[in-house]
Amino acid sequence: MANYIIEGDTGPWELVIGLEVHAQVTSNAKLFSGAATSFGAEPNAQVSLVDAAMPGMLPVVNGECVKQAVRTGLALGAEIHRWSRFDRKNYFYADLPQGYQISQLYHPIVGEGALEVQADEKNPDSAVRSIGIERIHLEQDAGKLIHDQHPTMSYVDLNRSGVALMEIVSKPDMRSPEEAGAYVKKLRSILRYVGSCDGNMEEGSMRADVNVSVRKANAPFGTRCEIKNVNSVRFIQAAIEYEARRQIEVLEGGGAIVQETRLFDPDRGETRSLRSKEDAHDYRYFPDPDLLPIELSDEFLSECRDSLPELPDAKRARYAGLGVSAYNAAVLTAEVETARYFDAALDALARPELANDAANWVVAELFGALNRIGANVEASPVAPAQAASLLRLVADGTLSKTLAKQVAEVMFETGGDPEKIVEERGLRQTSDTGAIEAVIAQVLAANETKVAEYRGGKDKLFGFFVGQTMKAMAGKGNPAVVNELLKKALG
Amino acid sequence: MAGAELTDLTVAGIRDGFRRGDFSAREVAEAFVAAVDGADALNAFLVKTPDHALAAADAADRARSEGAPPPLSGVPIGIKDLFATQGVPTTAGSRILEGFVPPYESSVTARLFAAGAGMLGKLNMDQFAMGSSNETSAYGDVLSPWRRGDGGNAPLTPGGSSGGSAAAVAARLAPGVTGTDTGGSIRQPAAFVGITGLKPTYGRCSRWGIVAFASSLDQAGPMAQDVRDCAILLEAMSGFDPKDSTSLDAPVPAWEASMSGDLRSKRVGIPAEYRMDGMPAEIERLWEQGKAWLRDAGAEIVDVSLPHTKYALPTYYIIAPAEASSNLARYDGVRYGLRVTPGQGGLADMYAETRAAGFGDEVKRRIMIGTYVLSAGFYDAYFRKAQQVRALIARDFEQAWEKCDVLLTPTAPSAAFALGEKSADPIAMYLNDVFTVPSSLAGLPAISVPAGLDGQGLPLGLQVIGRALDEQGVIDAGLAIEERAGFAAKPEKWW
Repeated sequence: MANYIIEGDTGPWELVIGLEVHAQVTSNAKLFSGAATSFGAEPNAQVSLVDAAMPGMLPVVNGECVKQAVRTGLALGAEIHRWSRFDRKNYFYADLPQGYQISQLYHPIVGEGALEVQADEKNPDSAVRSIGIERIHLEQDAGKLIHDQHPTMSYVDLNRSGVALMEIVSKPDMRSPEEAGAYVKKLRSILRYVGSCDGNMEEGSMRADVNVSVRKANAPFGTRCEIKNVNSVRFIQAAIEYEARRQIEVLEGGGAIVQETRLFDPDRGETRSLRSKEDAHDYRYFPDPDLLPIELSDEFLSECRDSLPELPDAKRARYAGLGVSAYNAAVLTAEVETARYFDAALDALARPELANDAANWVVAELFGALNRIGANVEASPVAPAQAASLLRLVADGTLSKTLAKQVAEVMFETGGDPEKIVEERGLRQTSDTGAIEAVIAQVLAANETKVAEYRGGKDKLFGFFVGQTMKAMAGKGNPAVVNELLKKALG
Repeated sequence: MAGAELTDLTVAGIRDGFRRGDFSAREVAEAFVAAVDGADALNAFLVKTPDHALAAADAADRARSEGAPPPLSGVPIGIKDLFATQGVPTTAGSRILEGFVPPYESSVTARLFAAGAGMLGKLNMDQFAMGSSNETSAYGDVLSPWRRGDGGNAPLTPGGSSGGSAAAVAARLAPGVTGTDTGGSIRQPAAFVGITGLKPTYGRCSRWGIVAFASSLDQAGPMAQDVRDCAILLEAMSGFDPKDSTSLDAPVPAWEASMSGDLRSKRVGIPAEYRMDGMPAEIERLWEQGKAWLRDAGAEIVDVSLPHTKYALPTYYIIAPAEASSNLARYDGVRYGLRVTPGQGGLADMYAETRAAGFGDEVKRRIMIGTYVLSAGFYDAYFRKAQQVRALIARDFEQAWEKCDVLLTPTAPSAAFALGEKSADPIAMYLNDVFTVPSSLAGLPAISVPAGLDGQGLPLGLQVIGRALDEQGVIDAGLAIEERAGFAAKPEKWW
């Protein structure tokens, strides 16, 4: 994907993409007030005096949000700034009660880092590229205007006003829509592992401003346009694709790109100009005199570091070390919930040599079943410990793979324990040679002609005898034993 | 005791007399409520709250009968209208907040009320505390109770921005009041009306619930008849507040109990740069007199230099408007206060019309200055430079503290001027703050103590500036001046 190019009339064009991802910090309270932050509350139900910018109200930074930003920075291997400061970004809008947004322009809390992005996450051989992170800073979200409640007036909902956002700014290191998509997915995955953002793009917890420019090979960066507030990976990719083609068309038509802010219209799949650079606000940034600089102590930093979970790349490597296939490892680590389920199952199983069997079962059986019932892994009717029990029953020969599938089906329906299901329904596999030999004798006696044909050299009839024996045993015969005894009996 | 005698009492006098049982808190409150009612001509009060004062008095009387009245029991006070007071209109002297009734109580007033004080009303002030004469109030000038001795009866300014606060104490409408000081707004009016005003170290008093003018400078403080009263009130007003990030997490000393005018072993610095060209001889003489008094109190007088003093005023008039331009952006007509909606207009028109109608000229001037100095292309030349100079000014003081413990200066370059005399010339008005602004920029505690009268019989004040957190040093030197100045003049009642 590093070689993604768009063929124009004048030859190939390369894309240059940078993303500013706004991630809502997971915390119970807003960045500078004690108001709650849950999604979907009644309009203006989660607004403190500070959020409404009442006269004389003052911001007090929420330490939890600082911690989440630092943990995120650490997870991205980024430089943590021991000293950072908040600035005011001044502009008037009805969704911005203070008349300024408290942000961090001059001294962000997190500096440079990087994210390893794989073109095709499920293909271990696909190229890995390192996408630079420029900075992460903390800032307040604005409120929301509601235009459809009154013929001539707009309403303001301040529930989001003051909610903490991390703005994660990448370097202009991406070269294709897919790479941008992979970057966002990977970033989202890490944020969700860290627990610093729920990554819920539909609810607006994560959205991106997308900077796009085009250039001929080895040419300097072209003029960029910024597409504001794109809220899904699919839209980000579509917006980049459309915007790149639009820019190429303008340039090849002899025009020039005007630096501007654009909007992506998902219904039409196109970007539209919002405002040009000339109309850009002069934000008059200056240090917020209501807030002291943030100074981070060694203790605080080690607390942040110690609280980080195992991150996807490390987890993937660990799974691979246990013999889990690269594909399975990638699938299992992509979402933190899946990885948590798998880890819990591995722990309960307590048999590392069965790790890949467990991975196969989760990826094939569990995902298939969850898909059918439309549940996510957290709502799985089969708990990780139950999955481990089932895998153990297979490993110790109690269940054949076929029987295991039957047991699993019951487990998904009832949520029951596999041992119990095996007992209650008599699904235990039998390796009792005497019993199997008796059945084989019956099968052979009932199929004398076929026995003769087999003995006459028609080898492929062997499968028929296996099938008949298993059928007669209602699937409970241990296939290996059945095979062995049949071979002996057919001599 | 008769009403007039009660209203002449100091905060300490009321507190102690009440405890002794000389009078009830109710009597005191009624006497002040009557005095306030009789002083409408001064226009010191924007809102009268007799019910608040009387209820607090009744509570004080009950507490006394139960044996344990809190420290300010029985003391009615006035509150500058910059403090948000729950259920009581709070306008900051501006049209744009007309009708605004806060559903919350500022931290400072909450502390004062918790200490037993009652509120007589909200005091007039320069709009958003921007002014040095109280002439920028949207609700009319405050008249100083003082008049010149020339018989001309020209109405005089009580100073500003805490002009209503100053006039109320000088006219004995309240024994003590709150003020706020951004560049001299407690000290200059205190000097103009012959009372004492104390601006504490930045961060001593919580700014939570005080309508913001310039956040890095704003500081609440008391104004009262004498130094002891200021110490008493400041003790009640001060203290760490987790709701204000710039609040100082330091214990509040017992300033009143530790107060002493004995300055032996203290060194008092005289900053050379405060001796300005064209300073009236009377001010010069008073300053000399102040030195003599402090020497008499046992202090050693030393010459010091604050070399960046001359940059203080321009620095202040960049930083304060810059912060104000941002702090006042919230007055947009969307959520509270005035809203003007032009017939066919949109959001931007509502902003423009609301702010044009709601803000006074001085406020608009400062918003424009502040917007300008923060603008792209001017930020480095103005705001950043001012921040750097501010650091140098603070360093000047740090270096001075190697040679002395407190500084003595005049409070203002003149006595009170007539209303209208300087309102056409903003620069002349800004010069009023020349002696008070440097210590504000450095966040230092400073007091103005009445020290004498000029040739027209108008009060003049001396200022003592101290080290950060050394309110005690400032109070002690102020007390030493007060004990020797014997300032007993008060305006003759004409209102």
